[in-house]
Amino acid sequence: MITFDDNGIYCAQAGIYIDPWKPVDKAIITHAHSDHARWGMNSYLAHRDALPVLRFRLGEDINVEGKEYRESFSINGVNISLHPAGHIWGSAQVRLEYKGEIWVVSGDYKLQDDGISTPFEPVKCHSFITESTFGLPVYNFPSVESLKEDINNWWRQNAAEGNNSVILAYALGKAQRVLQQLDTSIGKIYTHGAVDNINKLYEESIGPLNATERITTETDRKEIKGAMIIATPSSAGTPWIRKLSPYKLGICSGWMQLRGARRRKGADRGFVMSDHADWEQLNTAILATGATNIYVTHGYKSIYAKWLEDNYGLNATEVDTLYVGEQADEESGVEPKEGGADEGV
Amino acid sequence: MKAFSDVFTQIDQTTSTNEKINALVGYFQTAEPKDAIWCVAILTGRRPKRTVKSGELREWCIELSGIPGWLVEESYHIVGDLAETITLLLPENTDVKEYKLHEVIHTLIALQEKTDEERKEYIIGMWQSLTKEQLFVFNKLITGSFRVGVSEKIVIKALAKAFDIEENIVAHRLSGSWDAGTTSLLDMLTTVSIADDISKPYPFYLAYALETPVAELGNLDDWQIERKYDGIRGQIIIRNGELFVWSRGEDLMTEKFVEFAILPGIIPDGTVIDGEIIPVKDEQLMPFHVMQTRIGRKKLSKKHLEDAPLVMICYDLLEYKGQDVREKAMTERRALLEQLVADARGEMELLPLMMSPLVVATDWDEVAQERLRARDVGCEGLMLKRKDSVYKTGRRRGDWWKWKVDPLSIDGVLIYAQRGHGRRANLYTDFTFAVWNGEELVPFAKAYSGLTDKELVEVDNWIKRHTLDKFGPVRSVTPTLVFEIGFEGINPSPRHKSGVALRFPRILRWRKDKAVKEANTREDLMNILKAQG
Repeated sequence: MITFDDNGIYCAQAGIYIDPWKPVDKAIITHAHSDHARWGMNSYLAHRDALPVLRFRLGEDINVEGKEYRESFSINGVNISLHPAGHIWGSAQVRLEYKGEIWVVSGDYKLQDDGISTPFEPVKCHSFITESTFGLPVYNFPSVESLKEDINNWWRQNAAEGNNSVILAYALGKAQRVLQQLDTSIGKIYTHGAVDNINKLYEESIGPLNATERITTETDRKEIKGAMIIATPSSAGTPWIRKLSPYKLGICSGWMQLRGARRRKGADRGFVMSDHADWEQLNTAILATGATNIYVTHGYKSIYAKWLEDNYGLNATEVDTLYVGEQADEESGVEPKEGGADEGV
Repeated sequence: MKAFSDVFTQIDQTTSTNEKINALVGYFQTAEPKDAIWCVAILTGRRPKRTVKSGELREWCIELSGIPGWLVEESYHIVGDLAETITLLLPENTDVKEYKLHEVIHTLIALQEKTDEERKEYIIGMWQSLTKEQLFVFNKLITGSFRVGVSEKIVIKALAKAFDIEENIVAHRLSGSWDAGTTSLLDMLTTVSIADDISKPYPFYLAYALETPVAELGNLDDWQIERKYDGIRGQIIIRNGELFVWSRGEDLMTEKFVEFAILPGIIPDGTVIDGEIIPVKDEQLMPFHVMQTRIGRKKLSKKHLEDAPLVMICYDLLEYKGQDVREKAMTERRALLEQLVADARGEMELLPLMMSPLVVATDWDEVAQERLRARDVGCEGLMLKRKDSVYKTGRRRGDWWKWKVDPLSIDGVLIYAQRGHGRRANLYTDFTFAVWNGEELVPFAKAYSGLTDKELVEVDNWIKRHTLDKFGPVRSVTPTLVFEIGFEGINPSPRHKSGVALRFPRILRWRKDKAVKEANTREDLMNILKAQG
């Protein structure tokens, strides 16, 4: 029912692609990160909460339709519905059922409840397509509570020592999540413009966030003291960020679990915070679907597929895609290049 | 262990040298002296001999975590550090205990005498009673390599600050070999006499690479110009009729350099010479790899000694007639050194010491010309030293500069990539490059460094989309990308398919302007080899 071709994940019966990386007629988008939601589709369909960001990033004039979670619709006999993926707000797993056969395309997901996204719900299926960004047993993420404590303690200490605290977090999803963890009694919270743009979209369509001030050319930087600044990963090393001195730099990413990655980033502090599933979460999620066929995409896919086969006796297949997982989210923030799928996949 | 683990975490979490120093100062001032000396020993590379094999650690980790062996290996490959891998794979402990650092280390040392069962019981017991932070430090204590971004210099600064002693004195008293199990930190730092340990070398003075146009150094007459030799920087110490030879890594290598054994008696007591140890045969300098094969040997055969006879090219005099002369001017030290070497040669014609010859030039342009000739005379470049400079401690700017020749280079094609270790765990960053041999690409070098983090991400992204095949952790990619590879030297090597082995290969830049067909050929490499003779 589902195939993988040069354009993306395809359901021929419904004539629809899921998160395609080349322009196609009909696309269902699991979430609005740039490696999953690309430009150039004739029509888009996504969860209602993802629409403002899709329009903001791909253009107001895109042809896009919003659905609620669990709202079922049918295309050429295929029953389709979206289910919470817990990755970022408005992220969805796509359930497709045709003649009793059920597939779930999960996009990116996590099981932790981040306080911003509708929490992940397992969906029973025969075939499950999963990411494997952190599909290695060394990845065991700390609880939401202990992260919250770590971040606020860090901020409090920096403020006491007369330093600002700058946290680099991807503008869509992670930034809002960080913001809602902060203890506003410690000090003022500022945002980078790119973060503020997405915050506004969240507040307009979903609900209020902690109060922040956007840093503009008019902002008097001398006023910023002992504050928290949420900025995008691409601000690292720029004059913009240097003007916030004295500051301590924190990075929120699942990769921060490894000491090597923390050191490579040259950050003062790495917080192990990810919008992807860690090892236990992946295993839990997959077993909860009851699926026997697992298709493993972006991440440590060969290792993870072998694990699923060896340990759970599942029928696991590696699939090459152009999704990049936390790497693109965290490291470059750059749009993956168009049309690179013709070679090597 | 908690205090040590905390200071380790503090150091690990900052990139600021000052914060690292302050964290250590705090530790040295509050820690139990028996723990503090071990902290100094560990951070300066004086760790005890390893008593648990990595194979055993893996086996017990598999047993305790329930993770299959192949997956432990994959994890280790990606994390790049066994101590960290095991820490991440073991379950979190709820019932944690506190131990003293020196007791843990002494128990680890004593494991050598224990049975396999006893060792396993101890390690597993510890694994089940430490927090994750302490578990990591414990595993690091077992496996060695404590790389935490703390140089010996930082430790010296912290000790100087904590005990209010001058840095260079701390550096001197800390150098050489001592056993943390039997040494008292306070005694070591406060014992005054030089005769306490006649083997002690002085800290080396090291130069930075020249950062400005050479003409900006001012009047050429103020500078002493020497060649930069490619050997092992060392100190020859003669005190109380005994000889000690130290390498720059502060290894005592007297046994390896038997040529110098005749020096006591010829060179007066109370002499310390700084120089470069290199093989010289029939008055010709020989390439570094000739000595390398000899240094690696535990036992030296007569043939090794004949093939690579060593001499020291003498740069500097640090101790003369038992007096520390490092505060005298360079020219004064050199005059004393010249006299000393000349006198010794009067006693023994085949002296294994040579003065480092001065490069004579009338202006900076001529100096620049000499630098370009460096490879022809088997050197790496020039050393520029201010004539009035004193002999400082550690790497310093200003008075001494090294001015190396540009590396040799060749354009190679990226053909294989492997995921990096440690710092680069999630990226394909270990590359193999090839040159053309007719229509075929022959691998000639592996390189890991030289690209910016941004370029690494870009290349990694490209590799994932242009993979032809996978063999274990290695991917072969469509030959497309061309990189300029720099290297310091080239040697013939029958073990490599290309027939050559490069020294210090690294990526100089990504040649986005070059098509794959424009990369260099094997013949080009052979020509460089011939030219380097």
